[in-house]
Amino acid sequence: MNKLSLSRISFIGYVALVLTFLILPLLIVVPMSFSDSRFLSFPPSSFSFRWYETFFSNPGWMSAAKTSLIVAFSTALIATPIGVAAAYAINNSSHWLMRYLKIVLLLPLIVPIIIVATGVFFIYALSGMLYTIPGLIMADVMLALPYVITAVTAGLHGFDQTQEMVARSLGMNRFRAFMSVTLPQIMPSVMTGAIFAFIQALDETMVALFISGGQNQPLTVRMFTALRDEIDPTIAAISTLLTAASFALVLLLVLARKQSPA
Amino acid sequence: MKATAINNNYPHVSHRDASLGYRRREHVLMLLLMSPAVLVVFVLLLIPLGWLIGQSFYADGFSLEHYQRIFTEGIYWNTFWVTFRISFIVTLLALLMGYPIAYAASILPRRWSMLVLALVILPFWTSVLVRAYAWLILLQRSGVVNESLLGVGLIDAPLALVHNELGTIIATVHILLPFMVLPLYATMQKIPSDLIQAGASLGGTPLHVFMRVFFPLSLSGVLAGMTLVFVLCLGFYITPELVGGGRTVMASMLVSRNIQLYSDWGAASAVSVVLLICVLAIFYVVSRLVPLEKILGAK
Repeated sequence: MNKLSLSRISFIGYVALVLTFLILPLLIVVPMSFSDSRFLSFPPSSFSFRWYETFFSNPGWMSAAKTSLIVAFSTALIATPIGVAAAYAINNSSHWLMRYLKIVLLLPLIVPIIIVATGVFFIYALSGMLYTIPGLIMADVMLALPYVITAVTAGLHGFDQTQEMVARSLGMNRFRAFMSVTLPQIMPSVMTGAIFAFIQALDETMVALFISGGQNQPLTVRMFTALRDEIDPTIAAISTLLTAASFALVLLLVLARKQSPA
Repeated sequence: MKATAINNNYPHVSHRDASLGYRRREHVLMLLLMSPAVLVVFVLLLIPLGWLIGQSFYADGFSLEHYQRIFTEGIYWNTFWVTFRISFIVTLLALLMGYPIAYAASILPRRWSMLVLALVILPFWTSVLVRAYAWLILLQRSGVVNESLLGVGLIDAPLALVHNELGTIIATVHILLPFMVLPLYATMQKIPSDLIQAGASLGGTPLHVFMRVFFPLSLSGVLAGMTLVFVLCLGFYITPELVGGGRTVMASMLVSRNIQLYSDWGAASAVSVVLLICVLAIFYVVSRLVPLEKILGAK
């Protein structure tokens, strides 16, 4: 008995240690962002908002933040309907081609991101889409599609297709039947997909490093460059804001799911 | 519009030909719905991939020169060796750290397991850049970790924890750990607790029951998690670039440097193709054992 409780205590201790490892970096960034000192010290000597002020008063950071938000919203707006259509097709068709097309749509997740970035860079260099906002948006749409499709396919699995059939047999055309019967019921998974798409576009760094430049650099690329050159505490302020934004979105997602378990 | 007319008739269709026609149109409609998504992936991923493969065999006509270089030049060999070594170490560490976490989440009472999962998912939803930054602060010469160790008296001089391979491994494990825990947890959650109780009631010690019943049933999750972590690590770029301090060169950095510094597309594409073949081969072999959706589920 004694031996058992000893092993149990060491197990709990080990788990707590690993969980601390996981959460430690997040616990360090937030206090850093409120530090008064230019140098990296922890715990910070005195409290201040100066790095937030630096961020909000610097036109370079602001224009990068604006680019990021435009790209993230547009990505969610485009990837969601395209992804819903594809998920609907995957769910409703047993055509032999579908099996292969499904794998094609998973490819953005399978191919290492550096290769995706190289490829997109090449095709944009040919078509003059390099360093443009539409270029960034389309690349993010491609990367977001697998997430949207996975989320919506899961929603459609839990939905009884005969309901849509009934609506159609009562004279509704297919599009209307989908919009008024199916869509409202799979809405939580569609929202999940849209939020995934938004977060992925906000977070995307690798492809943007290759295809963005000049005026149209998103926040992540500017952060990457800043981090590589010198450690500027403004990054801590931006990190805190980004993390808060992610958490707010995840909270939204949990609430969307709670409303109706699809 | 055509689809509408057919659909209205559908519930009454009994004629064989009409039904066949309906099915064909149904297929066409479904493929049409699929087409925008497929088109995006085709233009932005498949065409460039084809071109990359072509480039890798090209140097004033067909040539194996770029591949020859990978297999003969020390820098290339070394980079692949470093990449695989780091990926192995990271995968192993992630398994050693992730398995107990997933196990705890699957056996603890609901409230506690939710807390454990929340602590796994919170960093998962935080930008990779934010985490790289945090590790730089924690691990640098006068960072939190070194200062604490010096303060406690465990070390006499600060350790070199960052801007090297060790720092890369620490930060990479941190970023990839959730990819290990989530598939493991998904598998463990489905293991019926009756089985464990049955094992115990038949006289098995907890360790024996764990080794003979629980662990074998969790192996598909282990495989899914290990595959995902290993493959993601093979293509890692941002973390080694920032935390590795430019000295720990992984395959993806070789690709990026060849393009951005030397505009050497031949070398970059050959490295890409070798990397891609490794990744696809791993996915192919593992997908024979565990469905692909299950592996990618956590991603």
